[in-house]
Amino acid sequence: MLGKAFAPDNPCKLVSMTAFRQSVEAMIPALRRYARALARDADIADDLVQDTLVRALRSERLFLGGDVRSWLYTILTNLNKNRRRSLARRPQFMPLLDNNPDASGTEAEGRDIARALSTLVEEQRSVLLLVMLEGLSYREVADIQGVPIGTVMSRLARARAHVKASLEGGRAALRRVK
Amino acid sequence: MTDPHIPVTEDELHAYVDNELPAERRGDVEAWLATHPDDATRVHSWRTMAEALHARYDSIADEAVPKRLEIERLVRQPRKWVYGAIAATLAAFIAGGGVGWLARGAAASPSALQNFTVHALEAHRLYVVEVRHPVEVPGSERAHLQQWLTKRCGWLVRAPELAPAGLKLVGGRLLPGSGGPASFMMYESTSGERFTIYTVKSDAKATQMRYAAQGRESSLFWADDGVAYAVVSSGIDRGRLTQIAQAVYDQMEKTGG
Repeated sequence: MLGKAFAPDNPCKLVSMTAFRQSVEAMIPALRRYARALARDADIADDLVQDTLVRALRSERLFLGGDVRSWLYTILTNLNKNRRRSLARRPQFMPLLDNNPDASGTEAEGRDIARALSTLVEEQRSVLLLVMLEGLSYREVADIQGVPIGTVMSRLARARAHVKASLEGGRAALRRVK
Repeated sequence: MTDPHIPVTEDELHAYVDNELPAERRGDVEAWLATHPDDATRVHSWRTMAEALHARYDSIADEAVPKRLEIERLVRQPRKWVYGAIAATLAAFIAGGGVGWLARGAAASPSALQNFTVHALEAHRLYVVEVRHPVEVPGSERAHLQQWLTKRCGWLVRAPELAPAGLKLVGGRLLPGSGGPASFMMYESTSGERFTIYTVKSDAKATQMRYAAQGRESSLFWADDGVAYAVVSSGIDRGRLTQIAQAVYDQMEKTGG
């Protein structure tokens, strides 16, 4: 029955790929979107996605059902957390993310929202993106971050207030809100 | 069980926007918003924010998935995967774009590989300017150099043959690395450009090839079979660095380190 839902145009694929792999594959576009918004740099974002996929595929046999989608978001979120932790120890290696040329999005508005995101602390950015961009439930985000729902909600509230202030008032307002 | 007279909380406003509110309370919140313009404005701003996020990032989900993220490619043998990923990484960074880099291995903490790259870049910077004493053992004693470094380091150290790439072995030295000895070898072209190869024991069994740049130095580094390799150049000629790193990688692969 899965075969029908995922029926690929190439019949060879159907034989070689399991339903698990197909459900992982179906998530790649959304993972790339989330990673880009999370990490901002296109190369780093795709590195994160690649490592997420490799880990997921490696654990294919360990995956005992459940929600592949949440699981993939969890891996990616954790990988990014590790990455940032190690970058924090070596600030001189921080990539110059703001120079990243980016053609997509509606110019000024896109830049503004990207800049506003960049001012958020890691957990808040992750919550905001998982809920507002990826459409996950509070419960799912709580599981991904390993925190109670109440924490997700307060992170989300703070993130929204911060981004709102950033979009409306620029830097001066940001300092005040912080 | 809800009472329209109970004031709507901030949490409820968020839950309302995110469709997390129990259905029976939605009407109350809507009534509240009709009479509380400040809250209505905030709710509106959150919706605008969501639209801005989608406007900015949905296009990425619509892009064709890059080759290196194709499942078929990723499920092949790990070894082959590493190699394929290297090709993809090289292609990506030759094409230009940001100097995004990450070091991660199967089991290694990222910081270990990053430390290693910093050491490799430092060693390069320190010795490459040396005119009279760039190395301890000259390239004319290649066999001795390999033997000595292998003995001291504890893994098979080979000085790759880079003559096809126009590089001659200047020689090598033993260096202190993080958590053990490191081997350091220097190569030179007829025009005087110098490349160095730095190896040290690695926690990572195998990683993709990664790129790091600091100042004028740039490096391609990877781990293979428990040894981390960095090929460092003094310039920013990516094509050249790639060519050298590829040659080094291919030869390490053959000797089966």
